[in-house]
Amino acid sequence: MAAVEVKNFSKNYGKKEAVKNISFNIEKGEIFGLIGPNGAGKTTTLRVLSTLLQITSGSVKIMGFDLENEPGKIRRQISYLPEDAGAYKNLTGRQYLDFISNFFERKNKKKMIEIGIEIADLEGRIDSKVDTYSKGMKRRLLVGRALMVDPKLAILDEPTSGLDVINAQEIRNIIKKSAKNGTTFLISSHNMLEVEYLCDRIVLIADGEIVEKGKPSDLKQKYNADNIEEVFTGVIK
Amino acid sequence: MSALTNIIKKEVKELLTPATILPIVFVAILFGSIGNTIGDIGEEASQAPTIALINEQNTSYSSIASKIIYNNAEVVYNSTDISNKEIAFEKLKEKEGIALFIIPKDFSENIKNNNPGEIEIFWIMEGAGIMNSISSSSVENILWIINNHISKTLIKDNSSLNASVVLSPITRSETTNFKGIDFKDVSPSVLIGMMASQSMMIPIIMMMIIIISGQMVISSMALEKENKTLETLLTLPIKRTSIVSGKILASAIVGLFLALIYMIGMGYYMMSFNIGSSIGTVNIDLSMSMFDILLFGILLFITLVAALSLCMLLGTMAKNYKSAQTLIFPVVLMSMFPMFITMFTDFDTLPLAFKTLLFAIPFSHPMMAPRALMFDDYLFVIGGIIYVSIFTVIVIALVVWIFKTDRLLTGSINKNKIFEYRKKFFKR
Repeated sequence: MAAVEVKNFSKNYGKKEAVKNISFNIEKGEIFGLIGPNGAGKTTTLRVLSTLLQITSGSVKIMGFDLENEPGKIRRQISYLPEDAGAYKNLTGRQYLDFISNFFERKNKKKMIEIGIEIADLEGRIDSKVDTYSKGMKRRLLVGRALMVDPKLAILDEPTSGLDVINAQEIRNIIKKSAKNGTTFLISSHNMLEVEYLCDRIVLIADGEIVEKGKPSDLKQKYNADNIEEVFTGVIK
Repeated sequence: MSALTNIIKKEVKELLTPATILPIVFVAILFGSIGNTIGDIGEEASQAPTIALINEQNTSYSSIASKIIYNNAEVVYNSTDISNKEIAFEKLKEKEGIALFIIPKDFSENIKNNNPGEIEIFWIMEGAGIMNSISSSSVENILWIINNHISKTLIKDNSSLNASVVLSPITRSETTNFKGIDFKDVSPSVLIGMMASQSMMIPIIMMMIIIISGQMVISSMALEKENKTLETLLTLPIKRTSIVSGKILASAIVGLFLALIYMIGMGYYMMSFNIGSSIGTVNIDLSMSMFDILLFGILLFITLVAALSLCMLLGTMAKNYKSAQTLIFPVVLMSMFPMFITMFTDFDTLPLAFKTLLFAIPFSHPMMAPRALMFDDYLFVIGGIIYVSIFTVIVIALVVWIFKTDRLLTGSINKNKIFEYRKKFFKR
């Protein structure tokens, strides 16, 4: 059974078709990349798979659960990190992680918070108010929040957005490590180098439709490109 | 286009939105409606009061009194026989009159014997609002004229009576009938005054609780959206109903706590007025029993939850913290309207359209309940509890439904899914 099964999925906003009849599968433990230009339908797809938006047509199954009928069960399997997510400003980093951990099993709570603090790596600022964090610190805290719950599927929209090179690399390493431990990742990114480094397979989406998909190495070969960025520009143009 | 014109045009466009215009339109309509109601009462007050008269002996001074009553009031029943008291009372009720005057046989005789003549007054009080005391004041005015005329007559006749009797030749004994209960030796104005603390305090406190807690709920929703924390919250393993009820209950707790602080302060403030008014009044039991307090507490809590649910519904429309500030306006108006109405008038004396409107606004019920409980009108209070509960359940269901649709994040609803969601509502 695939971790994610998307069949003929479409999403409309009124008359506008944001995603048009797309299908793909993500295997367990796989890091799957969703790339495309702005307004292609990436975030809409991620929001639908995160149970935030309703599907217009088609079907989506996550860990065997149907998105339309069992959203509650899906929420127990996933962790979603929106691109421009925030944290509660009046809480400290630790309090925020504690607040999130309370929605999960009590017995794992302490360990969960420790993992979150470790991933966030805020160097002594974990007990400072979120309001005082820099953009990069907030993002690290949010990545920590998303991964500390040990999700079956982590849906990350621009996971390293706002991070410097060193922090971004650390986050990528954490994603790789988590994937090896069995977590499935669905990632959207504009950073093609990141996608190439992280993803086992990618789907290129443009104007709501899948225009290309495959392993990064196969795509590079197919388009005779040195990197995914060249594949991307080649396909989109 | 000059730079200044360009800026003005942009600013006006930004400021003149439906969110800014609609509240002002609502306020204008609200004050217009209240003005009309108060105007109607004022008009009623300027008319001659409707009364019944039993004058047992039409002699010198009682004749003066009778004449003045006829000149200044609309007398719907007149008799000289005291045994017709019940008939007079029935006639008065039928004609929506306000007082039955009984001038006893010994009225003139008493004055001549150096004792003030006593007029018995049986008041029929329709409502206990401040504006309701206006109608009784026109009767008070008649009594003043009677006193004045008899006094002038006594002076003119060079009466050898005591100066105090000459200046105040009449006295009165009165009984006020309100909601079927007879209050002996109490005038309507005293009764209204005694109930004024409830009339003033509870509506103001209720309005304050609703506005304070409502603002918290709407702001909380707006901040979730502005700080981009809502999306994360919605993907956590937590039921939508838990998110909605958690937010509502938290605000209700904080709102009640703040109201408690406010009530203590307001209580001390109102007590300063009550000390003076209680002196010299008779002992009237208008207190609430434990059962009454329990009913009132239930109603108060349910109404608060209703208000917060409504605010939550409005909060789902908030785009950011700034827009949340204007969204509270409908709730403010909905609490101000019953506040003014219950402070100045009585539910029972309102026209049917206003009664319906007041009953339909859930916030009216705790404002009207204390008076109803004092007079054991349990049907009205329990009816209110049932109505507000149904209202609350519907609004919460609507909020939860919005939380399950795209509306919360995108501002639109997938119409094709509406019917499917209705079916699945209780499954999720």
